[in-house]
Parts: sequence; structure tokens; C-alpha cells
Amino acid sequence: MRIWGYLVEIIRGILIIARSFLINMFFHTVAFFGLRPRRPGAVTIQYPEKRKELAGRHRSRHRLTRRENGLPRCVACLLCVTVCPSECIRVEAAEDPDPEIQKRPMRFSIDLGRCCFCGFCVEACPEDAIRMDTGIIELAETRREAFEYGLEDLLR
Amino acid sequence: MLIILVKIVLALAWLLTLALLMTWVERKESAVIQDRIGANRASILGLRLFGLFQPIADAIKMVFKEDFEPSFTRRFLHALSPFLSFFCVAVTIAAIPFGPPVRLGGRMITLQVADLDAGLPFVLAMLSLGIYGIVLSGWASNNKFALLGGMRGAAQLFSYEVALGFSLVGLVLVYPSLRMSRIVEFQGGLLLGFLPKWGIVLQPLGFIIFFIAALAETKRVPFDLPEGESEIIGFYAEYSGLKWGLFMLTDFLEVIIVACLAVTFFFGGWQVPWLEPGGFRFPWGGEWVLGGRLVVAFQVLAFHIKIGLFCGFQVLIRWTYPRLRYDQLMDLGWKVLIPLGFFNLLGTGLLVSLWK
Repeated sequence: MRIWGYLVEIIRGILIIARSFLINMFFHTVAFFGLRPRRPGAVTIQYPEKRKELAGRHRSRHRLTRRENGLPRCVACLLCVTVCPSECIRVEAAEDPDPEIQKRPMRFSIDLGRCCFCGFCVEACPEDAIRMDTGIIELAETRREAFEYGLEDLLR
Repeated sequence: MLIILVKIVLALAWLLTLALLMTWVERKESAVIQDRIGANRASILGLRLFGLFQPIADAIKMVFKEDFEPSFTRRFLHALSPFLSFFCVAVTIAAIPFGPPVRLGGRMITLQVADLDAGLPFVLAMLSLGIYGIVLSGWASNNKFALLGGMRGAAQLFSYEVALGFSLVGLVLVYPSLRMSRIVEFQGGLLLGFLPKWGIVLQPLGFIIFFIAALAETKRVPFDLPEGESEIIGFYAEYSGLKWGLFMLTDFLEVIIVACLAVTFFFGGWQVPWLEPGGFRFPWGGEWVLGGRLVVAFQVLAFHIKIGLFCGFQVLIRWTYPRLRYDQLMDLGWKVLIPLGFFNLLGTGLLVSLWK
């Protein structure tokens, strides 16, 4: 009879849910008393207080790297500007007094409001001047203009 | 007179506090079931207490929300129905005995607001009157979906009212009185010398029927056709602010009332197994003498623990089962529960008449 199968499943269902409740409650209780449970009672990470570790290759906010003498490594070759699919990088070149370097960025800005965090600029850069490894993922502003990150912001 | 007033205030405060707590229990229990944490951010002076202040925050939010009334509603009925549905459920608490009579300052005080002669039919009647709130809200909203919800609610509650009644008729045959305090007292006896004479032992089938029917009366998830959040918004589609909150509160009140009724009718009310006015007397020969006050404290505590377990169980059910289809609902009510109720009644009648 179908009704018996139905009844069995109804009872099985509530037992499964009760089991998952009791197991999770057990782990919560163990954690509450300061012991380290085998696993946490919930998969939730309490975000502002606890953070998930970012993956090693996670692409977060950009930064510009520096030479040993502190100047930006960027030589204003414009490769990142060329490759950028969302056209959010703007570079204005200036002459560098060092004949080995020849060019340096006078202005360098990334509009993070447009950036799609694809990481092409990092791959394109021949000088390893731009990287996306700051680990900064909280990028929120109240005005659009504030997303324009200049040379000083990116070098920091 | 004064004592009655104090009792009313205390019982209502108890019920409302418990209903607020139930919202917290509902959120937390569902969270733990689903590997989540649940609301835990509401804090007073940096004190979080597992989000225990969340119900207060919710209540404050609800009070200050705009109470919007659409222009096409019947204003008076629209405003009346949440209060009606709230009242009919909340008044049921009057018949629930919380504990044995206590001697306080030379007076016997029953821990019960009104010890009615016909406590059991009173409870049933009040639970049935709750339908009016739903139907009226659906009708007065003047909205197709609200009306659908109201009609579904009416059909569902009427159907399950019958099953609920049948399950309790069996009890009426077994118990000596319709008086709630008498029912609980009766359950303090022992069966075969060791088994507490609780309703669940005397009427196991009756309990199952009662519990399913009562769950349907609460209109919560496996039986939430009147609301049906994902298909029709339900009978309170046109309500907002505190009036909507009152409907929500009624849901939780019903959970508590159903727990109270199940405990009172089937799980011995405030009775603790083998606890007599003088203390525990175990069937295997032990004895533990306790003072009168301590015994009462034990019994009131037992009542609360039982209610807590039942509330938790109802939340568990609510987070386990999907909603029944309309025809399945009607089938369960009319083709399963009512015949089972008949069967139960017949069996009980036979046994009782043979016993005497």
C-alpha cells in the first residue's frame, strides 16, 4: 500500500531533520564551552569579526609596486591600458631622467567602478609593476568619483 | 476579583512573552537545522545573548511601521479581524491549568485563570472562533488573493475541527470530567501500579489524531494553505505594520496553545510521574520526601518543560515538511483523520463499557 511507504518517509524525514538539529546543537554547545569541536556547528562565517582566508591567487584591489629606491616600477608602456577590457586604466607618461628607464607615469589611475577585476593588466605588465594581491576586497564608496584611484592610492 | 485580574494579566504576559520567545526559537532552531547561525546581531549595550533581543527589535520595528490601509477595503472589518483572531486564541489560555492549587496567605489559589466546568468544549469553541478572524480578513481586504486565502482557511479549519473534536471525544469518555483541572488531576494516578495515567497511554491513537488536527489548526507550514506564501500571499495580503504583526503573533500563540492543550490533555499537564503532594514515591520502592512548595515548583517547572518540548517539536515539523496540496489536505482530513477518529471512538467506547 502506498500510504505505508508515505508514512515511513514522513517519519524518516523528521528523524533526519531532528538528527541534523541535534548534531549541530551538540557542536554549538561544545564550542560554547570553549572546547574545539571536530567541526563548527554552522557553516556561516561571522564576517566582519572573522574573515575567510582568500585564495592564493585571489584578485583583490590593485597596487603598484616600487623599485628599490622607492619609485614606481611602472614605465608607462601603456600595455595595461591596451589590454584592459573595461578601459578603466588611464596612464599619462612623463620623461624619466634615468636613461635606462626613459618613461615614468605622471598620472596613473584605475576607475574601480568600471574595473571588472579580470587581472589582464597584471598579466600584460612586462615590469611586474601592477599586482592584485592587496587582499582588499571591501571596496565601497558613496560617490562614483571616489572609485578613481590615483597613483598615490595605488602605491600605498 | 482582584486575584482574577492579576491572574489574567499574568497569564497574558506569560503567553505574549512566550510568543516573542517562540519567534526567536523558530529562527534559531531552523538555523541550527540548516547549518546556519540565525539572527544574532541585535544587542543591548553590546550584549548579544544569542540574538535574544531580536524579537524586541522586531516588535519595535513593527510598531513604527506605517499601518497602510488600501482604499478598497472595508475599514471597520479590516481593522477588526486581526484583533478577533488574536483574541480567540489568546483567551484560550484562561482554561489551561499551570499547576496545582497553591496555599498563599491563607487562601487557596488555583494556578488557572478560570476553572470552567466545561473547560474542554470552551477551548474547542474558542479555537473554532479563530476562523472568523481569517475569513473576515480575507473578505474585508477586498482582494482576490486574500479572499482565496480566507476561503482556504475556512475550509481547512472546518475540516480539521471535526477531526479535532473526534479525537477529544475519546478523551471525554476516558476522563471523569470536562473540567481542565480535574482532567489533569486524574492523570496523576497510576496504571498497573507504575505507568502514569497520562492521556497518551490511555489514548495513543487519539493523541496522533489530535496532534495532526491541531497542527492544521495552527495554519503553519505543512498546513499553511491559508497563507501559502509562494502561491497566494494569503489572507493577510492587505495588512501591514502592527496588524500584520498581530496575525504573525497569533500564529505563534497558536503554537503555544496547541502545546499547552497537548500537554494538558495527553501528557499529564503539570503532573510529574510518581510525584505526589508529599514527594516522589517511585514504583520500585524508593521515596524522596519534598516540601509542599517544592512539589508545586517541580510541577510548574514540569509543565513548562513539556510545553517547551512541544513547541520545539512543532518548529521541527514546520521546518521538515513541504506544504500539502489542497486535495491532499482534504484527503488527510476527511478520509484519514475522521475515520481514524471514528475507529478510536468506537474502540474506546467498547473498552470503557467492558471495563465498567
